[in-house]
Amino acid sequence: MNRIVYLLVKNGYLSGTNYLQFCETIGEILFTRTLNQKYHMKKSELPDPFEKARLDKGYGNLNDQNDPVTMLLRHKDVRKSAHNYKTFQSGAQPGRIVVPSEVNIRDARQIPFEVDPPLHGEYRAIIEPWFKRPLLPEYQEKLTAQISTLVDGILNKDSLEVVNEFALPLQSRALTLLLNTPFSEAETWISWGTHVFRSEGEALDGDKANILYNYIDEQIDRALKNPGDDMYSLLLSSEFQGKKLTREEVKGVMVLTFAGGRDTVINAVTNSISYLAEHPEALERFRQEPEIIGKAVEEFIRYFSPLTQMGRVVTEDTEVCEHAIKADSRISLCWASANRDTTVFENPNEIVLDRKINPHVGFGFSHHNCLGATHARQILKILLKTLAEKVGSIEIKDCKENIEHLDEFERKVGFNSIHVKFKSLT
Amino acid sequence: MVKITFITSDNETITLEGKSGSVMALAVDNGIKGIDGDCGGVCSCATCHVHVAPEDMSKTGSASQIEADMLELDDNVNEFSRLCCQLEISDSLDGIVLKVAN
Ligand code: HEM
Ligand code: HEM
Ligand code: FES
Repeated sequence: MNRIVYLLVKNGYLSGTNYLQFCETIGEILFTRTLNQKYHMKKSELPDPFEKARLDKGYGNLNDQNDPVTMLLRHKDVRKSAHNYKTFQSGAQPGRIVVPSEVNIRDARQIPFEVDPPLHGEYRAIIEPWFKRPLLPEYQEKLTAQISTLVDGILNKDSLEVVNEFALPLQSRALTLLLNTPFSEAETWISWGTHVFRSEGEALDGDKANILYNYIDEQIDRALKNPGDDMYSLLLSSEFQGKKLTREEVKGVMVLTFAGGRDTVINAVTNSISYLAEHPEALERFRQEPEIIGKAVEEFIRYFSPLTQMGRVVTEDTEVCEHAIKADSRISLCWASANRDTTVFENPNEIVLDRKINPHVGFGFSHHNCLGATHARQILKILLKTLAEKVGSIEIKDCKENIEHLDEFERKVGFNSIHVKFKSLT
Repeated sequence: MVKITFITSDNETITLEGKSGSVMALAVDNGIKGIDGDCGGVCSCATCHVHVAPEDMSKTGSASQIEADMLELDDNVNEFSRLCCQLEISDSLDGIVLKVAN
């Protein structure tokens, strides 16, 4: 470096203020490089883009299809607002609490997701026991068998693309257990690819969503003709306030089950694999201390926060972080930011596998907390256990990051693709 | 063995014995209704909410700040509320009575 400066000065390219400016530029380049090295050392790291805004003002701004969103970034505000359904409602115009907004691509209300208490609780009571079935030993045995078979099939393959060839089949097959439908249905769901609602390059694709809607319609017809012990049949025979659930209500619940449990699980599984690839000692630790796996799963959910945020519509003029928020505007509960809040988590940017106190909001908080969490937790627990038993190390070949663009913020949520090799434990 | 009594929301009284681990784990292992322990005891789900019998509060102590913040936004919270995943079984808890909150 000194030599370059010396040559430039000697040949008259640099003098006086020019020289100072030059040094500043070089300094900046070097500094940025160090930062990049520091932050991009590991492919599995998900940096926290919200830190500065969270500390400075507590919220961020996001313009989404001319319906702007004030993103709440602090743990305390996120939890309080999630709890306060009267001021921050879910039961608004269908699609509006989702970011990016889906008001232009659907009219159907998703249940229980877009319903507020007390009705919300009545709907949840109908389906909650069904979503707790993953706690049953038979369910876990079947899930273990599925995951075991999948892992056996990919061991020592030279190169495997995790998102499409591992996480998607794993998620789809596991969903057959949750819906209690034939295993073969998973093939159809896998053929839809990772984005059921989106084709290449287009953010929201109504036509593509129709594939899912039509499929669910067919399944409802089937269940009406031949009731069985699957989730469609259960819903069709359930009563809400003394009346059978309508076809539209059943459809709403089913679409939500497909939509809410797809990208989130795929994302969590893929990020877990990339973490284990760069932390083989974690696999060893799970072998030695399998009892920490439950805590590790919670920590992964906190750190990865597979769902970045979810919106609410504001019902009355109010204030958050000394910032006025108008009635009928939108806020979002930014789970991903709350999960890195230093006022709650020590070393929030580190994965501490056995973090003992971990009040994360990765599965949401309060009334609308994730209905699929029991299923998702079992998937991840069994996955970690199975990998620890069978896999010695994982090598990352190459990967493409999946970055969410949120105006002020760029958040890495995981990968669009990641090629790895799983080496068996010998 | 440490004896711990649970009273469920439908007024069933069950006394369990444990040696170690958390009170939540003891309850979950024995299928106590209303204690699900979804998060495995890391203080993120509040599905292990109990009301400690007033006379036993001195044995359990009160909630930590993080636990209290969690409880503050839960239904049925009162001054005797605890998340029982944060109670470690030890001789000092012998004989306590816990009312399941949900
Ligand atoms: C790691 C995986 C998952 C994560 C991180 C996750 C995250 C979340 C979050 C943060 C919410 C709260 C939304 C809100 O407050 O408006 C939520 C709600 C929900 N999730 Fe999940 N989810 C996951 C997996 C699943 C699965 C597997 C299913 C179903 C198959 C599912 C179904 C739902 C449903 C139905 C709701 C709405 C509940 C309600 O409104 O009462 N999720 N999820
Ligand atoms: C209610 C029915 C739902 C519909 C119709 C729906 C629709 C969509 C659409 C269209 C996208 C693509 C957005 C884009 O490309 O920018 C998307 C992405 C996503 N959805 Fe949903 N969604 C629903 C519910 C949910 C719920 C309840 C959750 C989680 C609790 C969820 C989690 C996600 C995630 C994590 C992505 C990001 C995928 C990625 O970019 O990699 N969705 N959803
Ligand atoms: S078990 Fe989740 S908070 Fe106690």
